[in-house]
Amino acid sequence: MSGGSKSSKDLNMSNSQGFWAQAMRRLFSGWLARACVLILLVFLAATLAGWVGLIANNWDEPIAVSYANPDFMKDAPNPQGESSRLTYEKLEIDDALRSVDPLAANYGKFDEAEKQYHQEEKPLDWSRPLGADKQGRDVVDKVIKASQVSITVGVLAALLAVIIGTFLGAMAGYFGGMVDAALEWLYSVFTAMPYILLVMAIASIVRTPGISTVIFILGVTGWTGTYRLIRSEYVKQRGREYIQAANAIGASNSRRMFVHILPNVSHLMLVQLSQLVVDFIKSEVVLSFLGFGVPTSSVSWGVMISEVRAELVLGKWWQLAAAAGVMSLFVVTFGLFTDLLRDALDPKARRK
Amino acid sequence: MFAYFLRRILQMIPTILGVILMLFLLFNFFAGDPAQILAGKMPNPERIAAIRKELGLDEPWFVQLWVFFKQVISFDYGRSWTTNEPVGQILSARLPATLTIMLPVWVLEAAIAVVLALGVAYVRGTLTDRVVMAICTASMSISLLLYAVVGQWVFGSVLGWAPVQGWGDSLATNLSTYAWLPIMLILFVAITPSLRLYRSFVVEEINQDYVRTARAKGVSDNRIMYVHVLRNAAIPIVTNMALSLPGLVVGSFIIEQIFSIPGIGREVIVAVEKSDFPVIKAITMMVAFVTMFANLFVDVLYKVLDPRVELK
Repeated sequence: MSGGSKSSKDLNMSNSQGFWAQAMRRLFSGWLARACVLILLVFLAATLAGWVGLIANNWDEPIAVSYANPDFMKDAPNPQGESSRLTYEKLEIDDALRSVDPLAANYGKFDEAEKQYHQEEKPLDWSRPLGADKQGRDVVDKVIKASQVSITVGVLAALLAVIIGTFLGAMAGYFGGMVDAALEWLYSVFTAMPYILLVMAIASIVRTPGISTVIFILGVTGWTGTYRLIRSEYVKQRGREYIQAANAIGASNSRRMFVHILPNVSHLMLVQLSQLVVDFIKSEVVLSFLGFGVPTSSVSWGVMISEVRAELVLGKWWQLAAAAGVMSLFVVTFGLFTDLLRDALDPKARRK
Repeated sequence: MFAYFLRRILQMIPTILGVILMLFLLFNFFAGDPAQILAGKMPNPERIAAIRKELGLDEPWFVQLWVFFKQVISFDYGRSWTTNEPVGQILSARLPATLTIMLPVWVLEAAIAVVLALGVAYVRGTLTDRVVMAICTASMSISLLLYAVVGQWVFGSVLGWAPVQGWGDSLATNLSTYAWLPIMLILFVAITPSLRLYRSFVVEEINQDYVRTARAKGVSDNRIMYVHVLRNAAIPIVTNMALSLPGLVVGSFIIEQIFSIPGIGREVIVAVEKSDFPVIKAITMMVAFVTMFANLFVDVLYKVLDPRVELK
């Protein structure tokens, strides 16, 4: 995107624009792409703010009654809610009670001892903006935290997969021969099993659940598509004149691979990256739902949806609505953005 | 044709060996000591030693690899570590439930998607086309998980049209009571990507010269769409269907988990939870075989459907 702002100044001077400037102009000519980017920036900002601890820090603390109603339906019946609040009967301790309670003689002493400590009763809220879950945690905070975790997992796993796929694809496509044969074999082995089954098999082995584990599993199993694409590009590019020229001036293999060719395929990497983010977020949701993803001490969209199943039977739908709404907004927006990005960066591969 | 078949089968051998090697590495080197897992909560050294001996873990690695290789060749993966049932028996008991769900999905998905794709492609560019495609994009973006959770709640709990979960003994009760809701929910998600894909195949064919020729000769639109265009668009469509064959065997993890369907997918989940490695290995190998033969099947099918294709 920096290319766009840089060359927009000399737009009038020359008719030829750089590839990125052209692509960005194509991309942002429509309002749809701009709207998508705006929404995604909000999500990104929330994720970053969560990392540095600005928002949703206390998502884990019970601040409301169990299943507190959302604000807009405060008076709906809720066994724990204000509408059916119980008043406790104060029991006077008389001689009859004293005679059956062996501790009765000490009550005075207990009261004295209690006064030494400062106590504060934190009143629990009867309702929250979007309600609360079983433990009385605020759904808004929870869904923000869940977005942070899910987006982090999706983006980092996609980065890992694209790096692995690009590196292996570059090796196979550039060197050909034995390297290519070996990597093609590895590719055929990885694609011989359905992706999700492979992920489950690895999940059964890695017994330490955690966010980094999920990122690792998704990253090392999800590189195959990128590999395919980058390999075919490298096969195409390595015979071009500019590579011959680079060879003539004595550029090393790694320089030709990563300094000369890589910038020419980087737009494909970007498209792959955004495609994989959506795929991995969906995979993370499924994994966490099945209990092999993000540990339950943390929270993600998948964890929220798996908690929701028990609540729905009780008619507590607000956590589902929040998780589903936020997740769908992100995934739909990102999917649309990926399509637009592909059309702008890779006009030849435009979907028919 | 026969030489082609033979060569393709021979080409599969390195891949199969690779899958065997990868599973062996994963489960024998990265998975930790299975004896520790099996010995349970109160392990003592003698028991662990006994289990190690029983599983052959005290043998050198190449002997263990050879044992696994023999298991794959003979389709005999020993007994489950949790239930002590033979693994083959578990698989044959689970497969019918998965197929009861997935076969109707496979057939209905193809039929509905093809008919809709022909219709949408026929009116391509109009508002109907754009609306259908927009709905497709939106519904594709939402996870099957959400459809399943909400669908189970709405149709199972609120409306009570279907049991919330469960499974019966006979195919008829399963299809009429338990299976229809899961099938509908998977269809809802599975149709849209196929529809988008098939539409693009059909649109490509409609723009071909032979369609114009047929029109010029006065062939009716119905005949053009269903006889000329469909015949040509069938090749990529059938390919796409054949490529989804491995998925039929695995089933849907989410659906089987949510609706408690005793299929292969649920078996995988249980096996992963309990570190039941023989079952995971067996299912993974089985699906790898199905995937490879599906790929071969696709290539041969190409030849059958399109005589212009040369098998190299």
